[in-house]
Amino acid sequence: MVQDLGYLKETASQTAGPYVHIGLTPNFCGIPGIYESDLGSAMVNDKTRGERVTVTGRVIDGAGVPLKDALVEIWQADAAGLYNSPSERRGTADPNFTGWGRCPTGAEDGVFTFKTVKPGRVPVSDGRLMAPHITFWIVARGINLGLHTRMYFPDEPAANAEDPLLCRIEHRHRAETLVAGGTAPNYLFDIHLQGEKETVFLDI
Amino acid sequence: MSNRDNGRPETGAFFPRDRGWHPPAFTPSYKTSVLRSPQKALLSLDGTISEITGPVFGHSMLGELDNDLIHNFAKPGESAIGERIIVHGRVLDERGRAVPGALLEFWQANAGGRYRHKKESYLAALDPNFGGCGRTITDENGYYCFRTIKPGPYPWPNGVNDWRPAHIHFSIFGHGFAQRLITQMYFEGDPMIWKCPIVGTIPDRRAIEQLIAPLDWANTIPMDARAYKFDIVLRGRRSTFFENRPEGN
Repeated sequence: MVQDLGYLKETASQTAGPYVHIGLTPNFCGIPGIYESDLGSAMVNDKTRGERVTVTGRVIDGAGVPLKDALVEIWQADAAGLYNSPSERRGTADPNFTGWGRCPTGAEDGVFTFKTVKPGRVPVSDGRLMAPHITFWIVARGINLGLHTRMYFPDEPAANAEDPLLCRIEHRHRAETLVAGGTAPNYLFDIHLQGEKETVFLDI
Repeated sequence: MSNRDNGRPETGAFFPRDRGWHPPAFTPSYKTSVLRSPQKALLSLDGTISEITGPVFGHSMLGELDNDLIHNFAKPGESAIGERIIVHGRVLDERGRAVPGALLEFWQANAGGRYRHKKESYLAALDPNFGGCGRTITDENGYYCFRTIKPGPYPWPNGVNDWRPAHIHFSIFGHGFAQRLITQMYFEGDPMIWKCPIVGTIPDRRAIEQLIAPLDWANTIPMDARAYKFDIVLRGRRSTFFENRPEGN
């Protein structure tokens, strides 16, 4: 026998279910008055530094149908490439930028929208720079464990070509699933859960 | 914050997720998962700063009744109908260290199993004094508590006669976006737990048992509310042994 490592096991995930909006965006789903506003609905204000961009998209199932009950969260660096997080040690992020947003896919059209700024580049541990990207986290009825992925920008071909994550995708055509469509300042990012156009999801 | 060196927040990468412990994506007895599960392998990536960091929320955002679902939607002087309970516990990481400042959000059906949501068509009545959502932030010891009514079981269109056990949904933010977690808490002794296809997506019985809150008699408030204790474990962080080595860890 050896010593017991003594680690606990992570609490297992369960689906967010069809009524996730009651808990996470109650104003959106018609439960007003408990919270002033839905958390994560505003990422920027008048003083936020950087280039304003809008990211819209859909979450699409294996039959090609957009989910109308999904919830999407994003997390990103500010325009200077700093995260608004206590674990950020490289500097102080823009105090007028949260870096985090939350949006349900609309009950009518299945579209999510984030009004944000274009993130700066951030390094991996060996110092190489990643291309500008936004981290996505998707939950919904039928998704047992939240899905992580990333969105990259179509107008950053040089940075994307040397991005450490994009370069690791063995089947090169699949890297395109992480690059948004559209042109500045309006980007389109559809997430395909399954099938031919399946988005690359991450185990991070 | 969870401090280790000179009061500075930790910045190590998170322990890899044990994906044999979590439910897999494709679980056909939970029918909706069939068309919503990726079929290709996930791309593995050691945590970068994009996932090691995450939003942290301040206690100042909380309203006075945010952790009191009995009253936060009720008319003045009234309260929600149902079994009054307190749910409390700690948020820890896999190393057993407290996670202070963790934002917890919860949502649930009312005592009759009815959700306040326009897509919900169950014939059980709404409670005019119950909204069904709340939130809180763990204290410096990782501790949280909230007051609510015990939710009822409800039927759902999966199998012909499938019913969810009584449950409360939890959404948890740790200190890094990689720790982001949504789960469900079940109640000790509920025979429905072991019939449920959503519970059954979890392959390991011990992982299911970790989602079942025991009745906490010691903390039950006489003539007021019973207590259930529910501890939550988030991913732990690797020690940053050689963080400043130019060639990387």
